[in-house]
Amino acid sequence: MARMNMIEAIRSAMDVKLDHDPDVVVFGEDVGFFGGVFRCTAGLQKKYGKSRVFDCPINESGIVGSAIGMAVYGLRPCVEVQFADYIYPAYDQIVSEAARMRYRSAGDFTVPLTIRSPMGGGIFGGQTHSQCPEALFTHVAGLKTIVPSTPYDAKGLLIAAIEDDDPVIFFEPKRLYNGPFDGHHERPAQNWSGHAAGEVPEGHYTVPIGKAAIRREGQDLSIITYGTMCFVAEAAVAETGIDAEIIDVRTLVPLDIDTITQSVKKTGRCMVLHEATQTSGFGAELIAQIQEHCFYHLEAPVERVAGWDTPYPHAQEWDYFPGPARVGRALKSLMEAA
Amino acid sequence: MAAAQAKKTTKRPRKSSSQKTNSTKNLTVSEFSDVEELHSYREMLLIRRFEEKAGQLYGMGLIGGFCHLYIGQEAVVIGMQMASTPDDKVITSYRDHGHMLACGMDPKGVMSELTGRESGYSGGKGGSMHMFSIEKNFFGGNGIVGAQVSLGTGLGFSSKYRETDNVSLVYFGDGSANQGQVYESFNMAKLWSLPVIYIIENNRYGMGTSIERHAATTDFSQRGASFDIPGEQVDGMDVRAVKAAGDRAVAHARAGNGPYILEMLTYRYRGHSMSDPAKYRSKEEVQRMRSEHDPIEQVRQRLMAQGISTEDELKSIDKDVRAIVTASAEFAQTEPEPDPSELWTDILR
Repeated sequence: MARMNMIEAIRSAMDVKLDHDPDVVVFGEDVGFFGGVFRCTAGLQKKYGKSRVFDCPINESGIVGSAIGMAVYGLRPCVEVQFADYIYPAYDQIVSEAARMRYRSAGDFTVPLTIRSPMGGGIFGGQTHSQCPEALFTHVAGLKTIVPSTPYDAKGLLIAAIEDDDPVIFFEPKRLYNGPFDGHHERPAQNWSGHAAGEVPEGHYTVPIGKAAIRREGQDLSIITYGTMCFVAEAAVAETGIDAEIIDVRTLVPLDIDTITQSVKKTGRCMVLHEATQTSGFGAELIAQIQEHCFYHLEAPVERVAGWDTPYPHAQEWDYFPGPARVGRALKSLMEAA
Repeated sequence: MAAAQAKKTTKRPRKSSSQKTNSTKNLTVSEFSDVEELHSYREMLLIRRFEEKAGQLYGMGLIGGFCHLYIGQEAVVIGMQMASTPDDKVITSYRDHGHMLACGMDPKGVMSELTGRESGYSGGKGGSMHMFSIEKNFFGGNGIVGAQVSLGTGLGFSSKYRETDNVSLVYFGDGSANQGQVYESFNMAKLWSLPVIYIIENNRYGMGTSIERHAATTDFSQRGASFDIPGEQVDGMDVRAVKAAGDRAVAHARAGNGPYILEMLTYRYRGHSMSDPAKYRSKEEVQRMRSEHDPIEQVRQRLMAQGISTEDELKSIDKDVRAIVTASAEFAQTEPEPDPSELWTDILR
């Protein structure tokens, strides 16, 4: 075991795969020489050479498009889109090519491609360096979408993603890169060294795609969430004293609905929580499935807490961000409902 | 006769907005051997008859959705296939039936994909624009204008990374040539010296918009100039000119010299798709191309003039080709449709 933050864990996952599989290539903007803006690929080019870890022009469509071509012809590219906010130029390639290749070739061609991208706010990035666009991808049949929340999960899920024969969108909550951020931005930042999930094996292991994790067991209500919000939920639960069960879905598609259903049937109350904007967010899908599976077990309407339906603000970042105070208020109202 | 014909076809009048200094004009045409003449004739004829049949089936309501015919452009893909090997990778746009036949894909499988049958190359899931064959190294027709250019660039990367000497043949049209990702691809292909041949099939119209109305510069062979990618304009109606240019491009890419652009000056006789009344051009223009520059007729004239084939022998070839096409059409109408359960397969594993 080693101590790793999420950046090191992600780097370690790519290191393991580059070492094990000559078909794995890693590339993106400033990924090679520079080592990535968040340092996720630091040292990999030196270790594996410029033919396997390399820099690209700033052209996300071209990066993803060429990676799809590589993937259908024998390689396993793991590309970085520098910020999730930069992924839109590649959206056509992801939706119309990567996601659809298996179907339209009746299984002849697959796209074993992983697209890594840091997402989420909390660094005053404003509207073009803070977004959470996961719902744009969960809506697309033919893609898998993953959002890890710990170093251990990030490494295990990224290895699983690279080994997966389908295209995987791998969003890394950038506010979790260096520590388990709980939304208390006014307090000193925590780091992963004091957290159990900062213990990460050096070598190969996987965390299964399609399996949620129960972060906290509880009896009063269920919080269904992922990414940075897992830690915000923990803080809100601690501060309100409500005995909530916290479920980190980890992989949005495929979704582990069984774990969610079991929890909601047990507690009878449920909150879905995400940082992304509310309308048509992934929470809407969670709520639809929860009412479908748990309707007669629910004692109150499902509560939803999400980012406001605004562009990600700069100065008012913490007003947008669904922090522990907002989540705590919603938890109390959910306990009082019906 | 042959010489006169060649001279005539290589002087197809066209408007070119610029004559760049590094533009390579190859007006010389190398002669084909008898075997090459006959091969190209038969292969082009197969595409022509196949497409005519597809048009008929479409008109009868047996092919649904979209159907883009390659009639008029046959010399491009056949000349390029003659210049490449079966291991080379091919990817193209939605006007893809000819490319699949040229790659050696079974006409029955192609036609039954058009009619949406279980035996189609994509099991009825793809349709006219989306078919593939691993075996024949055909990486798809593609319904998104220009998207295949980036994919084809990745195919070239893979060929190089895997230390093969394969090249990728990436076909797209004059309309696609204005897509931004084409230039992203040019840059990467040159930067990484990838074995990619970009074949721009300039049929003069991006759907209904003529090149003069959609392109600031209509010499597409020079679209790679700012990346220092060599380019040639080629008489895409003359299969010998295509093959000769293809030989140069393939040799360049295979030797590790990076990408190459071939602008094929060609023409589609039919509309953009089956629903296109083609009011953006005159009947006379189409008729002139058909009567003066038809790629198949050119070869037919040479075969007869040079005494390589008699009219009867050519009729016999035509009969064989028609039999193949007829069989594919019958097959495509009698094969079963996909099982309803197939809707849910091949999405994710």
